Amino acid sequence: MPKITYRKALNDALAEELARDENVFIIGEEVAQYNGAYKVTEGLWARFGDKRVLDTPITEAAFVGLGVGASMLGLRPVIELMFWSFAYVAYDQIVNNAGCIRYMSGGRIHCPIVIRGPANGGTGVGATHSHTPESILANSPGVKVICPATAYDAKGLMKSAIRDNDPVFVMENTLLYGEIWEVPDEEYLIPLGVADVKCEGVDISLIAHGRAVLTSLKAAEILAGEHGINAEVVDLRSIRPLDEETILQSVRKTHHAVLVDENKPFCSVSAQIASMIQEKAFDDLDAPVLRVCSLDAPAIYSPALEKLQLPTVERIVEKVLEIL
Amino acid sequence: METLLKTKTFADAEINRQLTTEEKIDLLRQMLRIRRFELTALKQYQTSGQMGGFLHLYTGQESVAVGTLSLCGDDDHVIAGYRSHGNALAMGMSMNECMAELFGKATGCSKGKGGSMHFFAPDKNYWGGHGIVAGQTPLGMGLAFALKYQGRKGCCLCFLGDGAVNQGVYQASLNLASLWSLPVIYIIENNQYSMGTSLERSSAFKNCLAARAEGYNLEWDRINGEDIYEVRAKTWTAIQRAHNESRPTVLEINTYRYYGHSVSDANTKKYRNPEEIEKYRKFHDPLQLWQSRLLAEGVITESQIGELDVAAQAEAVAAVQFAETSPLPEPADIFSDVYYEVDEQTPAGRTGKHFFNE
Repeated sequence: MPKITYRKALNDALAEELARDENVFIIGEEVAQYNGAYKVTEGLWARFGDKRVLDTPITEAAFVGLGVGASMLGLRPVIELMFWSFAYVAYDQIVNNAGCIRYMSGGRIHCPIVIRGPANGGTGVGATHSHTPESILANSPGVKVICPATAYDAKGLMKSAIRDNDPVFVMENTLLYGEIWEVPDEEYLIPLGVADVKCEGVDISLIAHGRAVLTSLKAAEILAGEHGINAEVVDLRSIRPLDEETILQSVRKTHHAVLVDENKPFCSVSAQIASMIQEKAFDDLDAPVLRVCSLDAPAIYSPALEKLQLPTVERIVEKVLEIL
Repeated sequence: METLLKTKTFADAEINRQLTTEEKIDLLRQMLRIRRFELTALKQYQTSGQMGGFLHLYTGQESVAVGTLSLCGDDDHVIAGYRSHGNALAMGMSMNECMAELFGKATGCSKGKGGSMHFFAPDKNYWGGHGIVAGQTPLGMGLAFALKYQGRKGCCLCFLGDGAVNQGVYQASLNLASLWSLPVIYIIENNQYSMGTSLERSSAFKNCLAARAEGYNLEWDRINGEDIYEVRAKTWTAIQRAHNESRPTVLEINTYRYYGHSVSDANTKKYRNPEEIEKYRKFHDPLQLWQSRLLAEGVITESQIGELDVAAQAEAVAAVQFAETSPLPEPADIFSDVYYEVDEQTPAGRTGKHFFNE
């Protein structure tokens, strides 16, 4: 099977959907002539032209709002945010318009947009560019939020997101863009709302999304090699809709759970999962559900310290050893 | 009526000379319907105990919606802010569905999920009804973008108030609309007050809001909103520009609201003096002015006017009855119309958990 980068997988997904449906178009800052700030849209402008791939000024509220309005008349915009941190400039358009218009119109309007871009810390760009708003946005009924951790998932989920008739927010990761995975040549889709067990185990469930899945997989290796602990890693892939069943099945099998999450701990995705596990699998648990989140302060710049602020392999191992 | 009929210029505009007698009467009919609908809604708000939240009345501004929207063709689209009952009715929405929405009933245009600020009728090219000040301005640009993308000859009329011009997203929308040459017309309904703050206290550039368009290389114009002929003539120029050149325009239409920002605006006679309100009611009321004009032109009689008013009032009373006797939404309806895929029970809608109540 060919091996390609996470970036190329996204690029292929966008190209395939642009070719498939003429209502799909891409807008954002530097997505066309510059080939994308992170080169996710590289070559798409040259191939599809000015009509389908459009550079915008730095004006998130205007171009996200434009995308919402255009979707109401049947277009399917894919809107790139150079960083998801910039979503806060367009919060009204994202939450009030994309998220609520179907409801407030009694179902007479729907909003098939995709907003995509990186949402991660760990790159030394300071607090304003390091937000992980999946927990904040998934708090709004009416929107969908996905966080692919691998190239394979990124491609299959992106294609499903573009074909979905609700607003879907795709949270990528700049630290993953250059990573390589096996991705088949033939077309495939991954449905939203289906988690993936990335590594089977029986002793403890490490439940994560996005890059935290990869950190968890590394921790699982150490737990197996150094501590004789056989950890299962569950990749949520989709935050909303959420695959509760796969989470619960894993916890019922292992009776232990550590949740790993690059969100800050308060009202994070892992807080939601922890609440759900104690509610639905309380009797299956042999220990409290613990969490490993980003340390609870704005993202620090200092590159050496920032690595410690995000969930580390060491912190995961340590947390697991607290309950096993 | 001191300000009317000073000039025949706008009555002589081609778009107005084309008006038939019936069409002129219909403009009056539409304004009367809006006024009677809203005054009836106000009474219900105060007495029925069945309406909640805000009720932003358009009373005094009817000529703006009726005049501009009388020009809409099959593929012209409209989006507005929160003071938008007039736009909704002028776009062909029924009093029944609008009144029922105010009552929070299942038969409301948004099934009781939107309320006063959120009427929608996409089948009539009416895209709401938006509650956040200036929130509709990039969406209107998006509607115009879609028309241009799909090669359709049409435009979007995007309404906003004088308070909305100070929101950053409006300025950002003007820039992008001009940069991308989108067929959108921003119509600033300048009623002189953004809630309780007068224009003098909110705009650094005094006396003209549309002129800010200069900074974005946009055409703009100002309109005396009490004169329907002027509203139509100048708006038509903007529509032609959108249709034929795909260029945006900013129009500032001067108008006045008689009631407070909302019904709950207790200070409506404190931030402006009662004499000012009285002056507008007496000398600048768009319904009175249009009636006088039609009488002067000999296209209508006093008794016909009376009949139209009675009919509008009867329609509004019937709408109240419709709303009162309509069912409330069911508790289960709280969860419909959130996700398209769930409502349609598609494979995507059946995959994963979408709601987190239990």
